[in-house]
Amino acid sequence: MSDWPLWEVFVRSKGGLAHRHFGSVHAPDAEIALRHARDTYTRRMEGVSLWVVRSSDIVASDPDDAGQLFEPAADKVYRHPTFYEIPDEVKHI
Amino acid sequence: MPVNRYLTSMYTTELSKQPNVQPIGPAEDPERLAAFEARVAADEFIEPKDWMPEAYRRTLTRQISQHAHSEIVGMLPEGNWITRAPSLRRKAILLAKVQDEAGHGLYLYCAAETLGTSREEMIEALHSGKAKYSTIFNYPTLTWADIPAIGWLVDGAAIMNQVPLQRTSYGPYARAMVRVCKEESFHQRQGYEAMTSLANGTPEQKQMAQDAFNRWWWPSLMMFGPPDENSPNTAQSLRWRIKRETNDELRQKFVDITVPQAEFLGLTVPDPDLQWNEAKGGYDFGEIDWDEFYAVVRGEGPVARERITARREAWESNAWVREAAAAHEAKRRAKVAA
Ligand SMILES: [Fe+2]
Ligand SMILES: [Fe+2]
Ligand SMILES: [Fe+2]
Repeated sequence: MSDWPLWEVFVRSKGGLAHRHFGSVHAPDAEIALRHARDTYTRRMEGVSLWVVRSSDIVASDPDDAGQLFEPAADKVYRHPTFYEIPDEVKHI
Repeated sequence: MPVNRYLTSMYTTELSKQPNVQPIGPAEDPERLAAFEARVAADEFIEPKDWMPEAYRRTLTRQISQHAHSEIVGMLPEGNWITRAPSLRRKAILLAKVQDEAGHGLYLYCAAETLGTSREEMIEALHSGKAKYSTIFNYPTLTWADIPAIGWLVDGAAIMNQVPLQRTSYGPYARAMVRVCKEESFHQRQGYEAMTSLANGTPEQKQMAQDAFNRWWWPSLMMFGPPDENSPNTAQSLRWRIKRETNDELRQKFVDITVPQAEFLGLTVPDPDLQWNEAKGGYDFGEIDWDEFYAVVRGEGPVARERITARREAWESNAWVREAAAAHEAKRRAKVAA
């Protein structure tokens, strides 16, 4: 028998925080994936909520495209508040 | 036929040692290779979809899967004592520790899989005897005192090895190590605590503690691997930040930290050559029996056969669970489709 499909596991550490990627598990279906994720990644109160997503359903950007995707942001410093000079006498801005 | 090219020039820049020459397989794009080398040298993390040299992928796959196998096989010597732990407290602790080791194996298999080898292939390599795991787990656990000794010494040595791996260059491996290290500290502390109980107990208990210490001391020192001069992959692994410290450096650190802990317990280190060396600020210690080490690596450890048989039996006798889960899923899918 070949491997069960792979699922990516996301854990919300506590209320108010986003789910964060923790790792992955093999499981035949979503329900067992959740159980395995619980046993594998939350033995020490690491979380209050779990997501599992079929790994094959995740679409990721190609590392080779990183330049074209993310570099254009580098020369747009004017998107940051610190780009603008405000005289010291002006308060609360 | 692809021509083997060799990575040679770069080692000598960092390491005065004899350069370790390794084939990197069919010609790899020198520009990509240079970019990769630069990223690793700058302490950047390499992620699964990034380009990497074949030799890097191969070395990491071997190292991470061996590490995973060690966690899994490592459950066996301790599992041997779960039903006979001397109190409910010790039993609950041992159960939790062994369960953690299963978790460590799973984190590591996941990390290794991101390099393109399936879980099935890795398990198959373990069960067929093709894959290696840490030699330490091919020694038997003869008395209860072996359980404290393992937690203190074996997990202690594992921590020493694993802490620097939190900064290893391969992202998924480094992240798995962060989780493992967080959990590992309790393993060592529960061992030392249980050892303390024995060392402060009756003369017989004290004797048990010393006996277990005698048997586990040298195999624990062997856990750091062969001496640097006989560790052909070390230079390469340091370059690629797969390894962050050499075997001998880690072994020395372990000795320096552990000897005072043994003294505190009133235990005698089973090494007549052990001596504090003021000049180097560390202990000198006796020659390790490397013939024994290589024999165990070759699978001649006292219980090597028993370990793999136990793994295979567990895998095979539980096959029905995997099959039932798969059948259940197929049935449900058919129902949805209908
Ligand atoms: Fe572990
Ligand atoms: Fe470990
Ligand atoms: Fe451990």
